[in-house]
Amino acid sequence: MRNVKSTSSKIGDWGFVFLCVLVSAVCLLPMIHLLAKSLSGTDYLVRHEVSLWPKGFNFDAYLTVLKDPKYIRSFFWTVFLTVVCTLLSLTMTVLCAYPLIFRQLRGRGAINIFITITMFFNAGTIPNYLLMQNLNLLDNPLVLIIPGCLSVYNMIIMRSFFYGIPESLRESAEIDGASIFQILVKIYVPLSTPVMATLALFYAVGRWNGYSDALMYMKNADYYPLQLLLYNVINNINSVEVATQEGFSSPGLSASLKAAIVMFSTIPILCIYPWLQKYFIHGVTMGAVKE
Amino acid sequence: MAKLTNTKPGPESELALRKKHGDFGPYIKRYWQLYALLALPLLYLLVFKYAPMIYIQIAFKKYKLNMSVWEMPLAKNHGFEYFIKAFSSKDFRLALRNTIKLNLLDLLVGFPAPIIFALILNELPFPRFKKAVQTIAYMPHFLSWVIISSLALQLFAPGDGLVNMVIEKVTGESVPFLNEPNHWVGTYIGVGVWQSFGWNSIVYLAAIAGINQELYEAADVDGAGRFRKMWNITLPSIRPTIVVLLIMNLGNILGGGFDRPFAMSNNLVLRASEVIATYVYKTGIKGLQFSLTTAVGLFQSVVGVFFLLMANWLSRKLGERGIW
Repeated sequence: MRNVKSTSSKIGDWGFVFLCVLVSAVCLLPMIHLLAKSLSGTDYLVRHEVSLWPKGFNFDAYLTVLKDPKYIRSFFWTVFLTVVCTLLSLTMTVLCAYPLIFRQLRGRGAINIFITITMFFNAGTIPNYLLMQNLNLLDNPLVLIIPGCLSVYNMIIMRSFFYGIPESLRESAEIDGASIFQILVKIYVPLSTPVMATLALFYAVGRWNGYSDALMYMKNADYYPLQLLLYNVINNINSVEVATQEGFSSPGLSASLKAAIVMFSTIPILCIYPWLQKYFIHGVTMGAVKE
Repeated sequence: MAKLTNTKPGPESELALRKKHGDFGPYIKRYWQLYALLALPLLYLLVFKYAPMIYIQIAFKKYKLNMSVWEMPLAKNHGFEYFIKAFSSKDFRLALRNTIKLNLLDLLVGFPAPIIFALILNELPFPRFKKAVQTIAYMPHFLSWVIISSLALQLFAPGDGLVNMVIEKVTGESVPFLNEPNHWVGTYIGVGVWQSFGWNSIVYLAAIAGINQELYEAADVDGAGRFRKMWNITLPSIRPTIVVLLIMNLGNILGGGFDRPFAMSNNLVLRASEVIATYVYKTGIKGLQFSLTTAVGLFQSVVGVFFLLMANWLSRKLGERGIW
């Protein structure tokens, strides 16, 4: 159909291409600016001469960050948290989604209602805080793992994927004598790697980027995830001793340091998400279309 | 081959079992694993989503540190003391106004943006270029609000922000993007669109991909132009998706997360940036006024559910699908 195009329609095409280039530039330029700053020399930064290309190219800021024990500790703690949370959440999501696709599950309607209510009604910040207090989870590293270990929204995505797996597959396995649990491990889990990858990305990004739970429930700075540390650094909150590093007193290095810290804490995710694009597009779409 | 001789009832006989009453023993014997698998997730929901609801009652009670919630004395005015206090407090009323204002502006600007972007992407002639643009447009969604707020600072800071320096060169004066409340609102909304338009376009792109191509071919035959097809075929075809997402957004008009306003705000613009979530954090967790802030939270949750039900009802009334 498309090969018989008029000139005006071709010009139109290029108009849209131009628009998209513009949009992409708006998305990328802030990151490029930050990257340039993180790689620039102090003098240029003090004089505000850095825009999109580094001047006085050096890696000092990155080296300073890498030598900062507080930052490194927080980085690896966050990596650990992210891995643990992702694995735990994925397991919980599968455990919740799989039984719900069985017609034979008695009380399925009631269970579904029990689950759905939590999506629409939240007890609120303070009741949650008081619960953590009563469970002795305040200031406990577990508070960054357990309370967020199942997202009902993600569970629904997983469930609709499970629904898409032909029931006959399950039934024939049942006839072959496989138990419900074996069917899950041998058939459902291997078949759902795409949706698992998507949800792993969602959970990992959520944990990596989240900071409000640590802000509310965690006073011990040793367990601050990266984003909270970052928040404190950016807002010059003095309780964080990253600032005791020698160079921090000079505004130029401080600017490149801040930029370097931000780059450091962003790059892991920016390296991962493009590879999962075709999966998460599918996942998002499934979440929006209710079964 | 030994499997063929197993004595377990097949799915067929199971169905027969289900119809009969008093068959609980064999049923559980066969299906206990389902409940075993569900136990942990349901326990999680019970403890972390339902148990907090016990504490909602302190909205109606005088909070005492060393008492269980059940024993705390009822607040004045038949328990509504703290609701009255909240609504007569200037700070809360400001937070409520700001919440509604920012959410409405988000809806007005942020809701159409991904639809328009999806329409534009759909017109791109080169698939590989389209995919690259998509990847780039999804990127902001993967940044945390702390990082986005730091990017905003680098670009819009009054003295040394990149954008402000350019503006200063052209017009001679800088724009207080981040330090004057009204400008801050604009920045906040703009940054919100920047963060979400790409990601939110995914759903619309999927809906567009599902449109029957014959419709376009027929329109071509009739000599319809590009924008005519957009308006008369694409948009009407994705209307159900638009309506569902609009309902969700309308239901959230009093909601809104904590991360974005908290990371983006600063002391100079509190008059515009204080929303219910940040108010509850500061007055409740930092200020220890638990009863007051629980009342505020309850108000927010109840009104949220009410809005969602209303929006859903309205959309069904208008002949659309609704979300349940």
